[in-house]
Amino acid sequence: MGYLGELFVMAMTAIFIQNFVLSRFLGLCPYLGVSKKLDSALGMGMAVIFVMTLASAITFLINKYLLLHFGLMYLQTIAFILTIAALVQFVEMVIQKNAPALYKSLGVFLPLITTNCAVLGVAILNTTAFRSDGTTAYNFFDSVLNGFFSGVGFTVVLLAMAGLRMRLEKADLPKSMQGMPIALILAGIMALAFYGFMGFKI
Amino acid sequence: MTFILLESVSMLNTIGIPVLIIGALGLIFGLILAIASKVFEVKIDPRVEAIMEALPGANCGACGAAGCAGYAERIINEGEAINKCAPGGAAVAAQIARIMGKDAGAMQQKVAVIHCSSGGHNNTKWKYNYDGVESCKAAVNIAGGPNSCSWGCMGLNDCQKACQFDAISVDANGMRVIDFNKCTGCGACVRACPRNLIMLVPINRNVYIKCSSKEKGPDAKAVCGSTHPCIGCGICAKKCPVQAITVENNLARIDYDKCINCGICATVCPTKAIEDLLAGMRKKAEINPELCIGCTICAKVCPVQAIKGEIKKIHEVDKDKCIGCEQCVAKCPKKAIEMI
Repeated sequence: MGYLGELFVMAMTAIFIQNFVLSRFLGLCPYLGVSKKLDSALGMGMAVIFVMTLASAITFLINKYLLLHFGLMYLQTIAFILTIAALVQFVEMVIQKNAPALYKSLGVFLPLITTNCAVLGVAILNTTAFRSDGTTAYNFFDSVLNGFFSGVGFTVVLLAMAGLRMRLEKADLPKSMQGMPIALILAGIMALAFYGFMGFKI
Repeated sequence: MTFILLESVSMLNTIGIPVLIIGALGLIFGLILAIASKVFEVKIDPRVEAIMEALPGANCGACGAAGCAGYAERIINEGEAINKCAPGGAAVAAQIARIMGKDAGAMQQKVAVIHCSSGGHNNTKWKYNYDGVESCKAAVNIAGGPNSCSWGCMGLNDCQKACQFDAISVDANGMRVIDFNKCTGCGACVRACPRNLIMLVPINRNVYIKCSSKEKGPDAKAVCGSTHPCIGCGICAKKCPVQAITVENNLARIDYDKCINCGICATVCPTKAIEDLLAGMRKKAEINPELCIGCTICAKVCPVQAIKGEIKKIHEVDKDKCIGCEQCVAKCPKKAIEMI
C-alpha cells in the first residue's frame, strides 16, 4: 500500500471507525455542550481541528526529543497538558491580534478546549499508534495528519449532533425529556450507529 | 562514604532531571506567553471593563443580555439603556452613568410579591397528596396541580430555587416569605412560577391583593385553603379614592402607578384578600395652624375629603376620615402638615 492508501486508512479510522467522540468517548463535554446550534458547532469543530493539528505536531516533538530522550515517558500526561494549554493560550493571543474575524468565531471556544481530553487523547494516542502494517510507528507527518483527521471526525459528529438537536427543538417531547436527556439518548443511538463501522476491513 | 555519595548522585538524576525538564518546560512556556501577551496585546475599550466592575456579576439575565459581560458590551457597542440592571438598582445605574458620562435616568426599585395566600401546610386545601419531583413545574402537570385552587400556589418552592439572592425563605407553615431587603427585583422568580403568581411591585407600595384566582366568587371560596380569596365583588374598586383598582375576570388588580398606599381597599375587602403592610402603622395628618395660609390645596388633593376649611382660613383635618395617605403632606407649599 502506498502512502496515499495509508492516508486513506488513517482518515477513515480517525473519522469513522475510531471516532474520538463516539467510539473512544473522548471530548464528550463539548459534544453535548456546544451542539445546540449549527454555527457554534461549526466554530467549535474548526477550533478543535486547528488545535488538534497543532498539538499533534508540538507534542510529537516534545515526546521524541525530550521525553523519550531522557526516558521520562511517565511524565507524558503532565508534559502534554502543559504544552497544549500553553499552545492554546498562545494561539488565542495570536489570532486575537492578527485575525479578529477568526477570533470572533473561534475565540470563545478556544479556552474551552485548553484541557479538552480529546486533544490530550490524540497527542497520547499518536505516541503509541502504528501504521496499518502494524510495525512502523507514526512519524511527524503521520502524527500531524492523524491529529487533523481526528479533528475532522470530531467536527463531523458534532455537526451531525447539532443538526439533529436543532430539529429536536421543534419536536413535541415530554417535558422531562427536553434538552439534555434526549441529547444523551441521541448520543447513545449515534454511538451505536458508528459501532457499525467497526467491522470495516480496509 | 563513596557509596552514599553515589546514591545521592543517582537520586539527583532520577528526581532532579524530570523536575528540571518539566520546570524548564513550564518556564519557557510561561515566558513565551508573557512575551506574547505584550506583543499581541489587543486594546479593548476600558469602559467595558469598568462597567463589568460596577455590575453585580450575578449573571441573572434581568437586563436581557446573557450575563453581566454581555450587558457591558451592549451598553458600549449598541447603546443599550444603562438602567436595566435590576439587582444593581439605582446605585449601579449611577456608577455606569459616571463611566459613560450619561444621565442615569429614573429607576424604580421593585420587589417580588407572591399574589396568593395559600400554599402552606395549614392553609391549603389539597386535591391529592403529591409525591413526585419537588418542582412546581412538574406538579402543575398532574391533574392541574395538588392545590384544589387551580390558580393557587403549589408550595414546591420553584421561586425559592430560582432566587439567586437568597431573598425567599420558607416559614414553619411552608409558606414562602420574600425578604424585601434582599430582593433585587430581577424577576427570576416571576419567570420560575408556572402559575404566574409573582409580580414585581414598586418597593414603596405596600398594599397587595394576595390572590390570583379568576374563578367566580363561590367557586373561589370553595377551593381556597386560606379563606382569603378574591371573589371579584368590586367593593375595593368602588372604594378606592384614586380608581387604582380594576376588576377583570373576577379578579381585582391594583395599578401601582395610581395607588397611593392608603389601604382603604384592605379594610373594605370582605374576604380579607388584600394585604396591607402598613395597617395600623399609618399616622394621621395634622395641620400646623401657625404655618397654614389657607390655600386649600390640601383639601383639593385629599382623596377622602378629610380636610375642611375656607379659603384664607386655617384648615383642619378630620382625624376619623384621614387615611394617612400623605398626599396632602407632599402638596402643601408651606410644609404645614405633619403626620402624627
